[in-house]
Amino acid sequence: MFVARSIAADHRDLIHDVSFDFHGRRMATCSSDQSVKVWDKSENGDWHCTASWKTHSGSVWRVTWAHPEFGQVLASCSFDRTAAVWEEIVGESNDKLRGQSHWVKRTTLVDSRTSVTDVKFAPKHMGLMLATCSADGVVRIYEAPDVMNLSQWSLQHEISCKLSCSCISWNPSSSRAHSPMIAVGSDDNSPNILAKVQIYEYNENTRKYAKAEALMTVTDPVHDIAFAPNLGRSFHILAVATKDVRIFTLKPLRKELTSSGGLTKFEIHIVAQFDNHNSQVWRVSWNITGTVLASSGDDGCVRLWKANYMDNWKCTGILKGNGSPVNGNSQQGIFNASLGSANTSLQNSLNGSSASRYFFPPLDSPRAGSRWSSHAQLLPPPPLIEHSCDADTANLQYAHPRRRCVSRPLNLLPENEGV
Amino acid sequence: SRLVQVSKNYRSVIRACMEDMHQAALSARDPALQSQYSTQVSILSAMELIWNLCEILFVEAAAAGPLMLRLLDWVRLHICDVDNMVREVLSSENPSKHELFWNVVDVFVLQGRMDEARHLLSKEASANPTSVNMYKILDDLMKKMPVPSLGNTQTLTEMELKWQHWHEECQRYLQDGTFASNSHMESICKILLGDERAILERKELMTTWYHFLVTRLLYSHPTVKPMELRLYAQMDLFLGGESSPEPLDTILMAAFEFEMHQVIKECSIALSNWWFVAHLTDLLDHCKLLQSHNLYFGSNMREFLLLEYASGLFSHHSLWQLGVDYFDHCPEYGRVYLELHIERIPLNTEQKALKVLRICEQRQMHEQVRSICKIMAMKALRNNRLGSALSWSIRAKDAAFATLISDRFLKDYCERGCFSDLDLIDNLGPSMLLSDRLTFLGKYREFHRLYGEKRFSEAAKLLLMLMTAHIAPCSFWMTLLTDALPLLEHKEVIFSAEQTYELMRCLEDLTAGKVDKQKFQQSNPTSARFQDDVETTKVEMLRLALARNLARVIVKEGTLEGS
Repeated sequence: MFVARSIAADHRDLIHDVSFDFHGRRMATCSSDQSVKVWDKSENGDWHCTASWKTHSGSVWRVTWAHPEFGQVLASCSFDRTAAVWEEIVGESNDKLRGQSHWVKRTTLVDSRTSVTDVKFAPKHMGLMLATCSADGVVRIYEAPDVMNLSQWSLQHEISCKLSCSCISWNPSSSRAHSPMIAVGSDDNSPNILAKVQIYEYNENTRKYAKAEALMTVTDPVHDIAFAPNLGRSFHILAVATKDVRIFTLKPLRKELTSSGGLTKFEIHIVAQFDNHNSQVWRVSWNITGTVLASSGDDGCVRLWKANYMDNWKCTGILKGNGSPVNGNSQQGIFNASLGSANTSLQNSLNGSSASRYFFPPLDSPRAGSRWSSHAQLLPPPPLIEHSCDADTANLQYAHPRRRCVSRPLNLLPENEGV
Repeated sequence: SRLVQVSKNYRSVIRACMEDMHQAALSARDPALQSQYSTQVSILSAMELIWNLCEILFVEAAAAGPLMLRLLDWVRLHICDVDNMVREVLSSENPSKHELFWNVVDVFVLQGRMDEARHLLSKEASANPTSVNMYKILDDLMKKMPVPSLGNTQTLTEMELKWQHWHEECQRYLQDGTFASNSHMESICKILLGDERAILERKELMTTWYHFLVTRLLYSHPTVKPMELRLYAQMDLFLGGESSPEPLDTILMAAFEFEMHQVIKECSIALSNWWFVAHLTDLLDHCKLLQSHNLYFGSNMREFLLLEYASGLFSHHSLWQLGVDYFDHCPEYGRVYLELHIERIPLNTEQKALKVLRICEQRQMHEQVRSICKIMAMKALRNNRLGSALSWSIRAKDAAFATLISDRFLKDYCERGCFSDLDLIDNLGPSMLLSDRLTFLGKYREFHRLYGEKRFSEAAKLLLMLMTAHIAPCSFWMTLLTDALPLLEHKEVIFSAEQTYELMRCLEDLTAGKVDKQKFQQSNPTSARFQDDVETTKVEMLRLALARNLARVIVKEGTLEGS
């Protein structure tokens, strides 16, 4: 049920991150060749590179889009100890005809003394804000008070995490019941049993971020972390990419009466743990409704995880990084995962040197959001729309010489557990 | 029964789709495409098969008696492997001489189509006078076979009794050896008696285990009750250990066993589309069948499946609109799913954006409205389409952004001396009040219009009001005063004395404020001085004009009429 398409990205070195914009029609890739490329999807579904420029003086680790309410804005972070914010300038008409656009640097954030490993914009209801994390264990939160002036950013918070940070994730919930929250993952390799995932929450009274939780059960290096979109739930869901895929729920406990406005503590449950990748898991990404999680690992595969209506999580799809199907099924994968290429060891498979592999749904487009995300409809799309059921067979009624009627199964997704 | 009608509608839709696909398959030239279409037809046919059975067993919940008839219809409708053979025999000149003649008769008998079977047999009888007696008896037996009636003409017990008698009669004839000389007729008699082995011998005419099931029931237990079906439904006898059940079989079996949830689960696994499962579950839910099964997740499953299906629609460039309706019918999560999905729809064109907005506004999704308008406004602003940006920010009720855009308009005016997007600004109406700057923009444009229409005194009044009521930002006062110059220099006196005093006061306020500015301009002395010079000249000109106007107006106002 999936179809894989390959794009010759022409990066001259490893691609470390791929990020879709909010509507899923633009994509940014960043690489060790120190550049960022922006791709636009045309009407007929092809991706064209509309910009490619050198962004840093070191490998670019991550790239991310701001919400379109702020315009066309990207942020990148790099080994060169800086993070940068870029804005697209609407070019001259001849540029448009050539299908090229220009991006200008609006600001460079130079506060870090070590490699900046992740950069993420905060949810839009918080204004124009972003967070970076560095190898020296500091998370910095910057804000641009005037959304029309992207050159003015001020450092609002510096959070010292004590462990080298590898990834951050903002909690997207805009509910008034939830204060701003950010999860930080660490890939610290030294042998210790320190919690590699920490949750920081904004305290209205002290006007600072303070540590609210540490996931003590995660003691292996963490490569990626992602909060799921909140569907009006009271609790949060967090996915962690470490030596396996883990999904946690965090239920806020009732605040102590003595410290109103103080930190909320959480009741933490692990609702799923999957070691199917059988190797390091590098990226995790949610779809827009937070109902499907995609993960990528050193086994060169992308796996999709879904909970049925009884909240049991199961694998509903596997895709090999080179686009071939798994389990010898004659199906191909249609799937949108710009999942991470961040496998330094997987040089050629997933997002290796020159090609970027992406998987897309047969219909229109990948939903938005960075990386995989927002692909609400993962599983087989409704057949009335497209010829999605290529391999689905069920040659039921016509021409079967056998004595029994049904000759082939209707459709099989690998490891599909269905409802 | 309304629900049965709905179910039938679904099935007719599936059939129509199948028909279209079939046509497409026939007319396709590319063999790959053709096989694809054919596959689709097969899948649709399976869907209809399953749906039909579910309709009989669950929606209509046919009771013993009518159940048999419905199942017979069902089998007849879906087993068409034999159609060609039937057609061939019936259309031949001498059917009874056709080599497949008896096969066709058997097909009719197996499907309970007694009249057709008898009709064919009569042809055989007329061709073979020797077997006339045998034929008459068989024909009679077939004619007399009791069938469940749809109306209330007989009760089940009556029917059972009659059937028992008939069965015994058939038995007697068989045991008497009446049909011994004609193996075909003998086998038919055995089938009438429900002899399993005899029926199984005609396996290839039935092709499926469920056909076998229905035939067996017809000839051994026609008054079967729905719940008893599971006792008879088994595949092993038919398959004989040669092949294993396939998804379709599992689904049908679950249906015969009245395991509704199992049916849904198996369908979800087997079918690649959520359409079938979502709609079937919804229908069953409406029949109140899922809850009655006493499983707490009954209604949640319906919603779960509908949400899945609808989410899938949103990735399509136009079918997302259907998805909206589906979400509307999901009480728990529909709204939030809609909110999340609708924001992500790419807004390639204005029409699409407006369509999306209308949907959001109808459902009071204010945050989404605001967000979408803001995104559109931002896009317009980046492309320098100020008018569009302004109308989007008005729609978003975004005062801050409206102020920003109004400032841009005013800046443009100062630089180029004319306005763009006049239509928009002229027709702002009450939305002008969204932001002070916007109000000023609107009123300022009005001033220009009045001036253009030579309604000078109104224009003058407006201009003054803009400053005195502090609608105009201080930065713009110089421009306004400069605009007043032509009015002051006009050959007719426009500003009254009082108005002139007001203007003078405004000018003084303005220049008083400018003294502080000079301190900041130390850093850039040359241009600052140039600016100063320009400013000073302007101020002097204004002062002169104001003084002259004052002089003229005093005289005018002091002059008595008619002297």
